[in-house]
Amino acid sequence: MKIPLAYNLRNLAVRKATTLMTALGIALTVAVLLTTMAMVEGLNSLLRSSGNPLHVLVMRKGSSDELSSNLNRQVFQDLKFKSGIARGKGGDPLASLEMVIVVNLPSVDNPDGSNVTFRGVSPAGLEMRDHIRLASGRWFQPGRAELVVGKYIASRFPDARLGKKIRLARADWEVVGVMDAANSAANSEVFADVNQLSADNNRTEVLSSALIRAADEAAAPALIRDLEADRRLNVTALTEKEYYELQMRSGDLFRYLGLFVSLIMAVGSAFAAMNTMYAAVARRTREIGALRVLGFSRASILTSFLIESLLLASLGGLLGVLLVLPLNGFSTGISTITFSEVAFHFRVTPPVMAAGILFALVMGTMGGLLPAGNAARKQILTALRDI
Amino acid sequence: MGRYFPLVWKNASRNRRRSLLTISSLALSLCLLGLMMAIYHALYLSETDPAQALRLFTRNRVSITLPMPAFYLQRILAVGGVKQAMEFQWFGGAYKDARDPKNFFARFGIDPNKIFTLYAEMRMPEDQKKAFQSERTACIVGRRLAEKHNFRLGDRITLQGNIYPMALELVVRGIYDNELDPESLYFHWEYVRQAMPGRDQLSAISILADSPDSVPRIIHAVDEQFRNATVQTRTETERAFGLSFLHMMGNVKLILFSICAAVTFTIMLVSANTMAMSVRERVREIGILKTLGFRPSAILGIILSEAMLIALMGGIASYFLARALCGVIRSGPAFSSELMTLTIRPQVALVMQLAAVMIAFVSSFVPAWSAARINILEALRRTD
Repeated sequence: MKIPLAYNLRNLAVRKATTLMTALGIALTVAVLLTTMAMVEGLNSLLRSSGNPLHVLVMRKGSSDELSSNLNRQVFQDLKFKSGIARGKGGDPLASLEMVIVVNLPSVDNPDGSNVTFRGVSPAGLEMRDHIRLASGRWFQPGRAELVVGKYIASRFPDARLGKKIRLARADWEVVGVMDAANSAANSEVFADVNQLSADNNRTEVLSSALIRAADEAAAPALIRDLEADRRLNVTALTEKEYYELQMRSGDLFRYLGLFVSLIMAVGSAFAAMNTMYAAVARRTREIGALRVLGFSRASILTSFLIESLLLASLGGLLGVLLVLPLNGFSTGISTITFSEVAFHFRVTPPVMAAGILFALVMGTMGGLLPAGNAARKQILTALRDI
Repeated sequence: MGRYFPLVWKNASRNRRRSLLTISSLALSLCLLGLMMAIYHALYLSETDPAQALRLFTRNRVSITLPMPAFYLQRILAVGGVKQAMEFQWFGGAYKDARDPKNFFARFGIDPNKIFTLYAEMRMPEDQKKAFQSERTACIVGRRLAEKHNFRLGDRITLQGNIYPMALELVVRGIYDNELDPESLYFHWEYVRQAMPGRDQLSAISILADSPDSVPRIIHAVDEQFRNATVQTRTETERAFGLSFLHMMGNVKLILFSICAAVTFTIMLVSANTMAMSVRERVREIGILKTLGFRPSAILGIILSEAMLIALMGGIASYFLARALCGVIRSGPAFSSELMTLTIRPQVALVMQLAAVMIAFVSSFVPAWSAARINILEALRRTD
């Protein structure tokens, strides 16, 4: 026979202050965990949607990121004539020789300077990235020291707003446009004419990487195999999608930090919940005796108190989710393994919320099991005699 | 107030289980608070290590990833106040399978004849120093790195370059001790320079000043010297240079503050809840104390003291927990020299205890106040 749920609900409602304080403690613990989870989820969802599976990124063999890769102009001339490469509007192969450098600029979060990826692209490179639209201003003109910045760069780096000038090695570069790259990492990059950027850095022959578009889904793996096997080129190739997915481990530090802090807090909150439940059991000793006299078994007493603890915890879990919901859409930036900042939005997704409730329920179980056991073990006579 | 202490103690130890649970709960929250304060203190408030205070770094103004001409080193050596200067060159590259994060560690090309002057805190037997200096392919590794990878003297290490398209074939000739930097590998930069003629560029130069007073002067003089050159420089103290790497990972201060705020609030809730429960169960007793002539102020004091006593015990326990957690952080990834020597300093320990007592005072004030003002008759009539 089960003790009605209403019994537990009423008991929680009667002790409003205690219930609320315990639940809030659990809520804060859940909120710490969910904040880091929403952050990592935001970063990962950005990285997942950043790469195009048709795009093949070519770097020098042994390089794991574009920044440490060097690619000679000559190698690019050779690889551009491989078969399986899509053709652009003008009939030329869709292949772009690119140069990636990192520039330190003061950001709103970090006035001492954060690293920003500056990418030199060719006209083919812009044609391939068809998800990018100009949000304001205009595109850079070939042969001029002009920059187009991603929309997050424009909002996070005061020195990179439209019309501002940024001094690189030789020239003052003018920001002439802001681009909107849908939900992709290019929003955190700055684009410029590849020839101009390499000249400014005195690196006209040795650039960073090449991006090529495969003719279709089937051509991409064949193209990658062909490039990797060509010993003359000495390059490594992978799809742009894989390249971004490999960066997902950039969020690991935050994931571990969140787990570390919230696990310690969880043990503390479970102790606090245990306190509350012990007090609830002590206060209701006579009631427990009465329930036993009415024929409720020890098992149903145990279940009832455990359920009460779980109700308390799920209230905490819900409050915790409510606490982090306003973070949804809040933007921040962290440095990825490519050594530059990527901005993204916190994402409190349904799985993140479910994880928060589950985490709260674990705390509720840890806190409720012992007091519930204590309640179930009470002897009827002593319980009834309790004042 | 002292004469009530036995009563306070009796009250606190009456429901042992509750007090212990509260103390444990507070201790866990407080140790996190203490740890965050210790990290903040180590990063932003602590005095710079005397050896570190004399060191500076120069890099390309645009960013650390871009090079400077190698002749800058000679020019910097000629700046007044500079005692020594040395290339400090990130090599990158891959050791064994680079996809395993364990195989990622710092490798720097340096000048073996200067490094022990610049980094006097690096300790290594003299014969190992000599062996390292006299062989172009020699390298030295930090003690912790050596233990992790089981490197022994004479072992060969191959690093496959990426920024520099070459393979470095190194021999371990020394294992150094340095708490600030336990997991790096150092080799002769000359080795790379000779293998790759025509790329005579540097991306970081480490400078040793002759006195703390020279430090600001050097920063100004070096950057001023290259102000109109094609490649301009940025010079900063080693500490600022290190922090800039940490800050790239995210908004460190905001993260520390948010954790502290969440934890402080949790402590308040736990403490307030415990005292509210205790007071509620003792309403009749308080009525009796009042009939015996205890003034409201005494009752207020007794209950507040009980809360502070419990918090203080939690605070003391949290000190030991926080110290243990510092050990966990010290053995973690070596991305900041400040965190490599993290401990709970006396001032941080003191602030932890003060915070515990203050939070307990504030959070138990409401239950204590209502207990002190309760009407005697009503209190005595209470059966709950």
